[in-house]
Amino acid sequence: MSVSMSKEKAKIGSLRAKDIIITAIIVIICVVSILPLYVLIVNSTRAGQDITSNGVSLIPGLNLFKNIGTLQDWTSTGKVEYNALTGYVNSGIIALSTTFLTVLFSGMTAYGIVVYDFKLKNAAYTFILAVMMIPVQVTSVGFYQFMAKIGLTDSYIPLILPAIAAPAIVFFMRQSMKSTFPLEIVEAARIDGCGEYRTFFTIAIPMMKPAFAVQAIFAFVSNWNNYYMPSMILISRNKSQMTLPMMVNTILSNDKLADFGAKYAAIMLSIVPVVIVYLIFSKFIVEGVALGGVKE
Amino acid sequence: MANTSGKRVRSISYAKYGYLFILPFFVIYIVFQIYPLFNTFYLSTQSNGSTQTEFVGMDNFKALMIGENATISHGDNAGNKGGRAWRAANGDFKRVMGNTIMLWVGNFIPQILISLVLAAWFTNSLLKIKGKSVYKILMYLPNIITAASSAALFVMLFSGTEFGAINNLLLKWGWIHDPIPFVTGVSQSRVMIMIIQTWMWYGNTTIMLMSGIMGINGSFFEAASIDGATMTQQFFRITLPLLRPILLYTVVTSMIGGLQMFDMPYLYKNGTQITKHVETVAVYIYNHFHSAISPNYGYSAAASVLLFILTAILGAFAFAMNRDKDQKHLKRKKQNKLL
Repeated sequence: MSVSMSKEKAKIGSLRAKDIIITAIIVIICVVSILPLYVLIVNSTRAGQDITSNGVSLIPGLNLFKNIGTLQDWTSTGKVEYNALTGYVNSGIIALSTTFLTVLFSGMTAYGIVVYDFKLKNAAYTFILAVMMIPVQVTSVGFYQFMAKIGLTDSYIPLILPAIAAPAIVFFMRQSMKSTFPLEIVEAARIDGCGEYRTFFTIAIPMMKPAFAVQAIFAFVSNWNNYYMPSMILISRNKSQMTLPMMVNTILSNDKLADFGAKYAAIMLSIVPVVIVYLIFSKFIVEGVALGGVKE
Repeated sequence: MANTSGKRVRSISYAKYGYLFILPFFVIYIVFQIYPLFNTFYLSTQSNGSTQTEFVGMDNFKALMIGENATISHGDNAGNKGGRAWRAANGDFKRVMGNTIMLWVGNFIPQILISLVLAAWFTNSLLKIKGKSVYKILMYLPNIITAASSAALFVMLFSGTEFGAINNLLLKWGWIHDPIPFVTGVSQSRVMIMIIQTWMWYGNTTIMLMSGIMGINGSFFEAASIDGATMTQQFFRITLPLLRPILLYTVVTSMIGGLQMFDMPYLYKNGTQITKHVETVAVYIYNHFHSAISPNYGYSAAASVLLFILTAILGAFAFAMNRDKDQKHLKRKKQNKLL
């Protein structure tokens, strides 16, 4: 009896030790993950000369506003093409309109495929599955040359309009509609004399809200973060048009600017909005990833 | 009676609406993706160095794959304007493909190893880990941050002068005597990009593998632990074999993602410095067409076509697996209905 008891106890004891060790390793990995961001935030509050004499510190300074002021001086004297407010507005316009178009039209396409029976239904869905994997880089030469030819470079149109066709998002919306949207509702709505579009807008969209929300969050974040497309299309680099990621990139190109505090502040300002959005929606996002809802 | 009226409603054809709902998607997709795709194919047979192109047949592919000895005359010096000199592509594809594969392998192996271990720990019911959801949120955080900002941050932290944060620290501790060129050095910058990519993606992979492991029937683990199997045994004998399809899918999709790797290799550099040793296929394509005055559409498009072929092969695998999943799902649903 007592032997087996002590054995059991030892087993429990060893499990506890294992729990502690494994938790410690996980915590260390998490700390390493966010350490660069922590150093970024700390350095954005430190005076430039402190950073040059001591690159890494865990204690914040008091110079955040001074650094942002320096940054503004650089902007107004034309030393950098970074202007956080313009960047927020430009990236915001692009990210919000692409998100709206992507979610609405992907929802419509998925709805069309799930709800209606028509000859090309399977062909359409197979097509969407097949093109889902085509990377944007493959078509971008042809896309860019086409846009240059019709004079749409330095315009937001090629950045926003293509969002209507997002195969991967149609795919995931179709999956969730298939499993959660009862087709009987459409029939019932028809009997009650509800038009097809009205059924989609007033019944399907409200019912599919969670799926739409997850896709909207991902679409917003990935469009906000997108460097490739805007830098490809906005070829003249007009200050008033540049998105935030493009502006951040210009911070590095002028190596004559010695105030590291201001440089860190510029990078910090560029990540604040996404980090806030992430922390608010992190639960949805992590769940969405688990469903395989992201593909980049 | 009710039945017949229901039938009458159904007998009205709603097919028209199906087409109307999917129409905007297809119109936009054809204009902004399919036409550009064919345009890319067309451009791959065109000349370089100017927006006015002429037919050159398969020369671009030859130049990219093998190299070219003959200097193709390209009119005046227009190609040198804007700092993007026209140059022959001497077997460039081998170099950039090599870089792409190296950077992908170098980030995927550590990433999948870390993610597998973490996913196994997170899903193990024998372990009591508190705060799992917080850890998951923190691990995914690097993935959500603007890649351009992450690149800028790492360039600042790892800058190659004694003022770079990490070099500064290492010098102060006396571990090194000269600053290490983390950004400009050939092997250093490659390793840094691998590390940054791992940092960005391991959280994503962990979460995906976790949902895969949670899909495994829990009774296997239960039975195994009753029979006295250790955690390690369970991992190698149950988790890994049953996770194989998902692992394979992760490898294939990650490879497709790896072929497109652009942001970090392009942005992790000092200003306008040219970084040939980390130039991936996607960066190569971009560098060549992205010029208002003298784009090398030909080389760029030819590289795109090669990239397209590789992606199509990998995509076919992923597609088949997706289809499979779909059909299995349907089968299971039907079975459930029958039951």
